[in-house]
Amino acid sequence: MNFEPKILGFLCNWCSYAGGDLAGVSRIQYPPNIRVIRVMCSGRVDPKFILSGLQVGIDGIIVMGCHHGDCHYLEGNYEAEVKFKMVKLLLSLVDLQDRIHLEWVSASEGVRFGEVVTSFTESIKKLGPSPLSGENFDQQLLEKLKAIELAAGGERLRALVASKRIIMEEGNIYGEKISQEELDEILISAIEDEFLRQQILLKLKNEPLSVKDLSQLLNIDSSVILKHIISLKARNLIDYIKIEGITPFYQKL
Amino acid sequence: MKSEDEPIRIGVFVCHCGTNIGGVLDCEGLTEYAATLPNVVFSDHNLYTCAEIGLKTIKEAIEEHNLNRVIVCSCTPRTHEPLFRSACEEAGLNKYLFSFVNIREQCSWVHMKKPEDAFEKAKDLIKMGVARATKLEALETIVVDVDPSALVIGGGISGMNAASNLSKQGFKTYLVEKEKNLGGLLNSLYRLFPNDQESSELLKDIESRIQADKNITVYTSTMITSIDGFVGNFEVEINQNGNSIRIKVGAIIVAVGATPLKPINLFGYDGKIRITQFELENVLKNYSLNANNIVMIQCVGTRNEERMYCSNFCCMSALKNALIIKEKNPDVHIAILFRDMHTPGIAYEEYYRRARESGIIFIKYSPEKPPIVEENKIKIYNEYLGTEIIIPYELLVLSTPLIANEDNKQIAQLLKVPLEENNFFLEAHVKLRPNDFATDGVYIAGSAKWPVDITESISQGYAAAARASTILSHDTLEVEGATSYLPEEYKDLCRGCEICLKLCPYKAIRKNEKDEIEIIQVLCKGCGVCGASCPKKAIKIKHFTNEQILSEIYALGGKELP
Repeated sequence: MNFEPKILGFLCNWCSYAGGDLAGVSRIQYPPNIRVIRVMCSGRVDPKFILSGLQVGIDGIIVMGCHHGDCHYLEGNYEAEVKFKMVKLLLSLVDLQDRIHLEWVSASEGVRFGEVVTSFTESIKKLGPSPLSGENFDQQLLEKLKAIELAAGGERLRALVASKRIIMEEGNIYGEKISQEELDEILISAIEDEFLRQQILLKLKNEPLSVKDLSQLLNIDSSVILKHIISLKARNLIDYIKIEGITPFYQKL
Repeated sequence: MKSEDEPIRIGVFVCHCGTNIGGVLDCEGLTEYAATLPNVVFSDHNLYTCAEIGLKTIKEAIEEHNLNRVIVCSCTPRTHEPLFRSACEEAGLNKYLFSFVNIREQCSWVHMKKPEDAFEKAKDLIKMGVARATKLEALETIVVDVDPSALVIGGGISGMNAASNLSKQGFKTYLVEKEKNLGGLLNSLYRLFPNDQESSELLKDIESRIQADKNITVYTSTMITSIDGFVGNFEVEINQNGNSIRIKVGAIIVAVGATPLKPINLFGYDGKIRITQFELENVLKNYSLNANNIVMIQCVGTRNEERMYCSNFCCMSALKNALIIKEKNPDVHIAILFRDMHTPGIAYEEYYRRARESGIIFIKYSPEKPPIVEENKIKIYNEYLGTEIIIPYELLVLSTPLIANEDNKQIAQLLKVPLEENNFFLEAHVKLRPNDFATDGVYIAGSAKWPVDITESISQGYAAAARASTILSHDTLEVEGATSYLPEEYKDLCRGCEICLKLCPYKAIRKNEKDEIEIIQVLCKGCGVCGASCPKKAIKIKHFTNEQILSEIYALGGKELP
């Protein structure tokens, strides 16, 4: 069977959408799989949009904005890039990272717009249908993706990503400038933590579970689970509701 | 105006655009499809929706079917949205309740050989458009008054020309200068290239015009102490000799110029026999020169690690001054030690040619082997000869660059505009908006932005004045309704992290006296970065709300919006 992927594009109004229009005016032909949502700036693309798109079974999502230095809003595309990188890192935890793509296309690059869309469509065709669409629907993956959405929407990751460029350029509140590499390391570790915490919270929403239960369900070492349980409890997000023998059972508050 | 609580009634209008769309897509089929979508109460197709008859159909349908949302499926919103929006407004529908679906540029034209796939795509796009339209909200555009007056900061050649130009256009102009006299660096120059006019002559001419101009109020020895407000309505406090004065202006031009670098600890600078090119100008004014051997060194303290830039006019200043000396006394020996000579254009190149003809010696040096200055001679490694040569001097002239004024930082903070790495003011865009700041209503001219010569300073003064008049020539400004805002009910969410405030490219977000985040709608351009970044998700982006965008995503996925 010939697989025709469903592709979603977020295009900034000033560069990429105009580039898409120019492709039309120039009658550049490209695969008809892409559906476009116009936003004023690529920096408007909230990580939630990409993660929701994947959850509803879209096979591939491409974000397009102005080239660096060309942003109509000066630096919105840089913001788009840091957000996109975080989403990509999060999705690499569930092997969906190749289904999303970020590209800079200017208003004059009609031909290139066609090329970018064609090549992204081809790459998604090679990947095959999304595991969140059609017959082989992966319920477990959907749950993980929900945890990812919650992690990306959580205050910690949002604040970290949103202040990334400020910290790199102006320094943190102590005036310390932190390098891209150091910040990426901090981000990666925060991403892993938040993803696991959100998975724990989702599990504890449904039923009370022990650390051992969680360790088995999530296939994660119980000492790691315990570390996060302590941190979640300290923030009043969970509490134990019963103790069987010497094993406490936790539930989401 | 349609009320918010009414049931959603969407009208969809599919355009054939002659054969542009109709030749590829089955527009009747799309119209029938649209009619099956939720909340769509009317759908129609026209040969040309943008033609008078097409627009009439929309207006009549709004009346007849009591439509409170309109969707046109045709070309691109980038060209035709204003037209359809105004048609809606004429029929009493808020323009933000109109939605565009692009089935030409991004569908029929790019999938001409696959009409069936293109039809499926158009159906999806219409489905998404309908989902979005359902979530659209009526928005108000804000109209603000414009104070038809301007403030020019800096009374140098650029600022004076800007002020004079604004006044001639009929705008009340305040010209503020921190020094005692107008004129800026013109005061310290002798003759100007490329026409060897006396600086004082040019200064006298423009200054007398300024002083005689009733439309211009000049404040000298005056500092800017505070700037508040926004485009069309700035409130500025200035301080003249301890007296505080408040003025209201619609636009502000920054023409603060720049400062010549004093080359302390460079090439034995002493201000006596080792002076700067600027100091030489003063010497030339009275022609109190009695040196027979003069050496000039170019690029002193610039084009190095500390200052990566070329100061633009120093080659010309050196050529001009050397020629003035040669004309007065052809026997004087002058050597110019340079790294690269920059003499762009016919008039400037002519100076270089004349300088060579008059016997001025040019010796190239490399920054790795700079000239070594001794008591009365200079050792210089000659690149071309490959050997060190020794030149005697009685006067050494150092061409130093203009550097950013020390108080640039303070003025930048007051205006909330950015500086670049050397603390010069940074324009909004080097080519698209070279004399604008990103902040509306604030403009830039002259060496405040970058070291420029007199001619360029004057041009930029005019440019900034012209840019300011695009605001000042209107009685009112209409401000886009699709902006970001902090809904009353989300105010509690805000924890005051100020990330939005730092990310906003237009400084449209500030903390008010109650320490609450406040979004100044007039300044907001609606890019949406603040909303996408807010850690607490408290900021809403009107017309591109999360709900509106998510509704499109869910429609495409064929799922209900949770």
